[in-house]
Amino acid sequence: MTISADDVRHIARLARLELSDEEVERFRGELSKILDYVAQLEEAEAASAAEPEAPDSPLREDVEEPWPDVKPLHDEAPEIEEGYVKVPRVVE
Amino acid sequence: MTFGPERTATDLVRSIRSGETTAARAVDGALGWIRRIQETGLNAFLSVREREAREEAEEVDRRLADGEDLPLAGVPVAVKDNISVSGGRTTCGSRLLEPYIAPYDATAVVRLRDAGAVVVGKTNLDEFAMGSSTENSAFGPTRNPHDLDRVPGGSSGGSTAAVASGCVPLALGSETGGSVRQPAALCGVVGIKPTYGRVSRYGLVAFGSSFDQIGPVAHTVEDAARLLSVIAGPDPHDATSIPEPAGDYASGLEEWDPKGARIGWPTEYFGEEGLDPAVRSACEAARHAFGSAGAEVVEVSLPHARYGIAVYYIVAIAEASSNLARYDGVRYGYRAPGQEDLISMYLKTRAAFGDEVKRRIMLGTYVLSAGYYEAYYGRGTAVRGRIAGDFEAAWEEVDAILSPTTPTPAFPIGEKVDDPLAMYLNDVYTVSANLAGIPAISLPWGSKDHLPIGVQLMGPRRSEGALLKAARFLEREAPPRPTPRIRAEEAVP
Repeated sequence: MTISADDVRHIARLARLELSDEEVERFRGELSKILDYVAQLEEAEAASAAEPEAPDSPLREDVEEPWPDVKPLHDEAPEIEEGYVKVPRVVE
Repeated sequence: MTFGPERTATDLVRSIRSGETTAARAVDGALGWIRRIQETGLNAFLSVREREAREEAEEVDRRLADGEDLPLAGVPVAVKDNISVSGGRTTCGSRLLEPYIAPYDATAVVRLRDAGAVVVGKTNLDEFAMGSSTENSAFGPTRNPHDLDRVPGGSSGGSTAAVASGCVPLALGSETGGSVRQPAALCGVVGIKPTYGRVSRYGLVAFGSSFDQIGPVAHTVEDAARLLSVIAGPDPHDATSIPEPAGDYASGLEEWDPKGARIGWPTEYFGEEGLDPAVRSACEAARHAFGSAGAEVVEVSLPHARYGIAVYYIVAIAEASSNLARYDGVRYGYRAPGQEDLISMYLKTRAAFGDEVKRRIMLGTYVLSAGYYEAYYGRGTAVRGRIAGDFEAAWEEVDAILSPTTPTPAFPIGEKVDDPLAMYLNDVYTVSANLAGIPAISLPWGSKDHLPIGVQLMGPRRSEGALLKAARFLEREAPPRPTPRIRAEEAVP
């Protein structure tokens, strides 16, 4: 399975990763090699296999729990103004 | 105050509870050793909670004086830096979380505090726990205490190096695919991957949510069992936590009777290319120990085990690419400065991920993208079911399965960094337990050229109690462990 440089750029765009030309070339080779390796699953003829046992996950009551102090959470944001997280402009 | 590489948490708790020493002195000792060991370049710790740990130790001494029953009274514990400890850094070994201060404790950490343990520091890891050598940390590699030119394994290499070097008797690591057991084997300590859901994931930074599990690192099976008993159990903050209460895994450890026990020998595992003859011999010696004590050793077949790495690298990275979408520079963590618009800010911020994280996000995005989902993710999930089915069939015949933990002892730093696939194959014996959600434990068995070797026991879901007893039996039979070259008592002048 060989993937092209354009494939790599397309995936990078979907994943919001900026790659240099050097990275595109390197990842193209590495990802192709890994995809070749995982292609062995085709021979596992697994299409009819059962799904793995689902873990127990009973739903709890949906009870509101106020966070004791939101100040430390706000302090995490790289930029904050009047209690709102600020980001660079979204539209032209 | 002395406790060094051979001093167990069990002994330390006994001394503290009897008044022979105090939590404050135990924590002071650990902090001293951490400082000195750091000077050797081991790089096991990313941050040390010097002031907080001293205050917390004094509080533990007060609680003891008030008559509180504290199962881990005064034990210094190291915590992998992808597990939240309130008020301090939780970097995940990444530039993306370098500025982040955890605003709450992980459930496992809350339970450590309740039990009287004191978190003394946060340990190094491969960035976002993605790696098998701790070389992928943005803050430099951790080294192996048995040989500073070799890797400690990963991704919990900081935690296993911290225990192996004697800085702390206990540590928390985490597993998505072998990340506690593999470094435990390479550093010569005990590591447990509990049943999926046994330990709450609340406060563990998400990587592959259907795999992630916090696990104990310790010198001995008994210490690991004590730590697991404290951190395990249901938690309303994690909907996937197992609802039944955790057991007291340390009680009755010596009572296991090998007669009548059925131990599985997975034939496919020993046909894998790249299995070091010394590791094979270690497993054969462990098999002999079971057999000569009266256990029945039965060959079992796990025919889909050979697809484990391929399945893991599809399903886990698919989950990872979704989980790591949250690092967008908006609400917390690093944001690339000076960007004109939102998309540029995302791109420049996420450019700060390291190579391995980018590689996995790219692969995960690819296998989930339109046109490829069924061929990769769909098929991967189906084969995951088959791997779990192989184990279910094996449990009809045996109580536990004995295998290598890793194909080889610790390899030199730099040897596999340029070959991602070779690095992934380190986890060939460990990932199946993560795929199937079953518990597994690695314990030291012998050495090759002074480097430790680990053997692994796997058991059915929720079988931690029985598995730990079988592991304790093996531990009693095991040959002497190699002494780490770097360890706490030698770092003290």
